[in-house]
Amino acid sequence: MRPTRVTNSIRVLRFAHNEMTQAELADRIGVTRQTVIAIERGRYSPSLEMAFQIARVFGVPLDEVFQYNDSEGETP
Amino acid sequence: MLYITGMTAEEKRAWITMVVTVGGYAAYLAIVLGRAGDTPLPEVPYAGTLLWVVGAAIVAAIVLHILVSIASPRSDGRKDQRDKEIHRFGDYIGQSFVVLGGVAALAMSLAELDHFWIANVIYLGFVLSAILSSVAKIVAYRWGFQPS
Repeated sequence: MRPTRVTNSIRVLRFAHNEMTQAELADRIGVTRQTVIAIERGRYSPSLEMAFQIARVFGVPLDEVFQYNDSEGETP
Repeated sequence: MLYITGMTAEEKRAWITMVVTVGGYAAYLAIVLGRAGDTPLPEVPYAGTLLWVVGAAIVAAIVLHILVSIASPRSDGRKDQRDKEIHRFGDYIGQSFVVLGGVAALAMSLAELDHFWIANVIYLGFVLSAILSSVAKIVAYRWGFQPS
């Protein structure tokens, strides 16, 4: 599998929101806990719709949850 | 074991499919090759064994799915977008061997080879397809999956 350049702050946001568990976040967005774990670890890139759902749960804009790593200076 | 490691229901299905497919094919080979002795392979009775092994594998997979579902927490039975994407990806990967098996069977039919070889190359194609598909799904679950 090619690695994704998308990083995320879900773990930090979960802890900032009363230490929300992965299971609780999974229930809120209607996925399995394993999918939340995979997204957090960068092993799965969610769809745009799921990404917006995650951002809505935390009440923050999308780019506070997901970041696109462009450190190598490549044009996306 | 399947309960403890925290797999999704779909990953457990992939493991069950792989184990049942490999076990079934190993049993089939053991029975047919065991019968062969000094007899040429195309003359060994195989059709009944093949049908019984395929039937038993289907029943075993269904029973194992039910047992694993009963032993798993209810929340783990959910199937989400990632499961569907990995399922499609695995099936797409595995499909190549079904095509290869079909093409090989066609070529063997045109060459008028014995039914034994034609039936067995098709069965082998299905077996390899199921194994490759299951392995692709397990790898995607364990080491990551990035839809493209």
